[in-house]
Parts: sequence; structure tokens; C-alpha cells
Amino acid sequence: MKERTGVLKFFKYVLIYLLLIVFLMPFYLMVINSFKTTQEFVSNPFSLPDAKKIGFNNFISAFEKMNFLKAIGNSTVITVISIFLILLTSSMAAYFLVRHKWKINKIIFAILVASMIVPFQAIMIPLVSIYGKLNLMNSKWILMFMYMGFGQAFAIFIFHGFIKNIPLEMEESGLIDGCSKVQSFFQIVFPLLRPVLVTVLILDVLWIWNDYLLPSLVLLSPAERTLPLSTYSFFNTYSVDYAPLMAGIVLTIIPVVIVYLFSQKQIIHGVVQGAIK
Amino acid sequence: MNRKNKLLGNIGNFILFMGPSLFAFACVLIIPFLYGIYLTFTDYSPIRITYEFVGFSNFRAVFTDKEFWQQFLKTLGYVLYSTIFCNLLAFILAYLLTSNIRGRNFLRAGFFTPNLIGGIVLGYIWKFIFANVVTKLGETLDYQPLKTSFLTHPDRAIVAMIIVTVWQYAGYLMIIYIAGFVGIPREVQEASEIDGATGLKKLFSVTIPLMVPSFIICFFIMISRGFMTYDLNLALTNGQPYGSTRLAAMHIYQKAFQANEYGIGQAEAIIFFITVAIAAVTQVLLTKKFEVEA
Repeated sequence: MKERTGVLKFFKYVLIYLLLIVFLMPFYLMVINSFKTTQEFVSNPFSLPDAKKIGFNNFISAFEKMNFLKAIGNSTVITVISIFLILLTSSMAAYFLVRHKWKINKIIFAILVASMIVPFQAIMIPLVSIYGKLNLMNSKWILMFMYMGFGQAFAIFIFHGFIKNIPLEMEESGLIDGCSKVQSFFQIVFPLLRPVLVTVLILDVLWIWNDYLLPSLVLLSPAERTLPLSTYSFFNTYSVDYAPLMAGIVLTIIPVVIVYLFSQKQIIHGVVQGAIK
Repeated sequence: MNRKNKLLGNIGNFILFMGPSLFAFACVLIIPFLYGIYLTFTDYSPIRITYEFVGFSNFRAVFTDKEFWQQFLKTLGYVLYSTIFCNLLAFILAYLLTSNIRGRNFLRAGFFTPNLIGGIVLGYIWKFIFANVVTKLGETLDYQPLKTSFLTHPDRAIVAMIIVTVWQYAGYLMIIYIAGFVGIPREVQEASEIDGATGLKKLFSVTIPLMVPSFIICFFIMISRGFMTYDLNLALTNGQPYGSTRLAAMHIYQKAFQANEYGIGQAEAIIFFITVAIAAVTQVLLTKKFEVEA
């Protein structure tokens, strides 16, 4: 009996680690091939790069052609400001919705929750049409405003669920001391939101940092491109020379992997919390 | 007077707390959504100066558009297969990872990695894999089916889309299933083991019924994301070969922004929205029937 479970256990390990290798193989292949020339890649994608010829030419070429610094700068500014706006406004709104059980608030909350099922494709055409007519396109500020709007429903939903469980007594002492509503929110409630703020923050970073479709509709000039947009245009413009393209992929993945290495636990925890709420 | 002041104070607070949030939400979601419904009854196009009210003719055009329905069916198939295989793989991974295995955190982090990266980059990675790596493997092994790229064959290109989608989301669903496994009360597990339920029997008669909430979430995620897939589609196949992998989301995009038919495109988008809503809600209702209390 004992021997059998031992064998079973061995197979379990073999199976799961084999699966992991298959899972991560694409990333491994991208990394080794990003150091080779296109011919070397085409003739044998599995070989390790030749130690004598190893170089960063592909990376330099990708870095320049993708306008990497500019793109990563745009992505960072857009992600940071959009998320700041989402977290601030949605937590305030959620607080108000929980603390005032007015009929209008219940209706607003129901509309917000229902809106989460609307796919972006059902909004995209009128969105482009309206903002295009108002001449508001091609600005990263408008894009941030849009993210702020699209981010509300989910964030309010999560904050709402959390604030519901904060006892009112915690605020009452503050209100007796003559705190205004704003003060009592920022001094008493907001600090308690920390764990859910992190959850919403992580999910919104993953969404906005990687989003392609919305910025592709709003940001039209090359100087405004975010990282996914510049990756796309890089691939479309230089589709013949594979090696720099693979270096470009590795470049775009590196920042994400670095962040992931340091906050892997929080990210996974945040994603689970966001999904099961 | 006091009452009036209180009312004013309430309105003031409402504007302060809810104003910015509601303003942004209304400007990018509510107004475009309503305007979108209006658009479906017009022949609006950004390249013409005037437009007219055309009644239901956009919807009529969509319903008689064979190509749209072909691609719509293809999308349904893509969503169905992706949902089934991704959940199956994710469930197996979660099962293995919650069964006393060493290196659990490392494995979990590894399987989750594809979810950190956007569809555009993932699509390009797999384009290389299918076009250069898999074909090379086919040559080396002298195995005919792998010698030509999946992406050049109409029936196999959609399979490539499904493979990448399963790979992309399996780690995500896995961590939700892990949370489900961990959430089963210990007493229930022990009680079932005392009653003689072990191994697969325990899995099917105790664990799975108790994990229905996780199944609802995971199916929901895959159905809604599957329908909305655009980035991956664009980078991996761009609808090719011969439009065989042009999924509904891409079809709508091209109808609107390449053919400049906003009215028809929006009519398609509304039909698309209703389909997604029906599919998602039906799934939740159907799966809920299997729910049991621990």
C-alpha cells in the first residue's frame, strides 16, 4: 500500500512539473531566441545562442524602433493616474451608497452592477463617434477619464461589499467630535480599506497596463503610444526580421516579471479576492 | 429651516461623494450605450456628412448577412471549447496543487504567469511558436501534421486560438479553483473520509458538489472573456486564413472602423451584447441548480 502511494506521488510530481515546463516553454524560447540572429532562429529554434556571437543587437534595435522609453513612460503615466482616479472616486461613491440607503442610491448601485456585463464592443462604436465629434480624441487625458469611467462599476462593487461590514459606531465618535462627512471618510474609513484597495489596484493595473483596444481607438499619434500599441506597430512595420521582434517581446515582459517576482503573493491573492467577491 | 439645511447638506454631500464617479460613468458608459441604440436605427457613417433614420434596416442587414452568422457561430464554438478545456485543465491543476505537493507557491506562480501579459504580446509569442517552432518539431520528428503551420489552415487556425486561450487563462481559473478547494470545511472532508469516501469517489461525490460556486465564477469568466477576445485574435491570426478565425468582436470592429458602417456595426454589437448576457446568465442559473450546502 505504502509503495503504491509512493509511486503515485512520483507520477504526480512528474506530471505537474512536466505541465509547468510545457506552460513556460514559450517564454523560454522567446528569451533564448532573442539573442540569436533570425537565420539561427529559423534553422533551429531550440538551440541555445552561440556563446561567441551572443550580443544585445536585437535588444538595441527593438528598444529604438519601439520607442521603448517613451512607450513605457506613457503606459506608466496612464496606468498610475487612471488608477488613482478610480480608487479615489469609486471608494467615495461606494461609501456614500452604503451609508445612505436612499431609493436613488439603490437604483444607481443596481445600474452599476448591471453595467458590468456589457462588453466593451457594445460601447466602442458610439464612444468613438461621440468623442470624435467633440474633437476630444488623441489625448491621454481623455483616455484616463475613460478608464476612470469604465473602472467605476467593478471598484464600487468591491468597495461596497467591504464598507458594508465596517460598523457605523467607528465613525460615530468622529461625527460627535464635529468631523464633516469628508473628514470622517478620509480619516476613519479610507485607512480601513487598505486590503481591498490593494485588490482593486492589482486588477486595474493588469487591465490598464495590458489593454490594447481602447487606447488603439483613442491615441492616434505615435508619440502617445502605450506599450501594447507600440508592440503592435513594431510587429506590423518590421514583420520580416524575427530576432529583434522577439527581443521586443522580452523587453515588454521584463518590467512585468520584475514586479511579479516581488509581489507574486499579493497579486495572486488580489486576483482571487477580486474574482470570488 | 433645519430640514431644508439638512436636505441641502445631503445634496451637497451627494455631489461631492458621487459626482465625479457618476459623471465619468455616465459619460463613457450610459450615454454611449443609449446613443448606441439610437445609432442602430440610422445609417450613420463618419465618411458621410449627413445621415438618415433607417428604421430596422440595419438589423435586417445583419440578420441576412451570412458572413456575420458564420463568424458568430465560430465564436460560439470558440467560446464553448475554450471554456470546457480551460476549466478542465485548471481544475486538474488545482486538484494536483492542493494535494500535499512540494513547491506549491512556485508552481502556482508559474502557471499564473501568462495572465500578467496582454493578449497582443501573447499572440505574437504564439505566432512564432506555431509558425517556426512547431513546424520545426514536425520536421525533426518527421510527423506530417505538424510540418505545416496551424495558422495557415482554416480549420486548424481556430484550434490554435483555442490552445492559446486555454494556456492563457488556465492559471487564472486554477487559482480560483484552489481557493474553492481550500474553502471546503475540514470537518466535511474528514467526515466523508470516515464514511469511506476516498480518492476519486470523494472528488466526485463530495468535493465537486461543494465547489459549485467556483464553477459558476470560472465559467462566467471564460464565457465573458471568450466572447470579448480581440487582442489575441488580432495578434495571433488577424482573422486569417481567409477570414476563418475572424471572431465576432473583430468582425464588429472591422465593420465599424474599416468599412465605416457605424449603424450596422452597432446593430451587430447590440446582438452580440444580448448573446453574451444570455449565455452568461443561463450558465449561472444552470450551474446554480447543482449547488449544495456543506
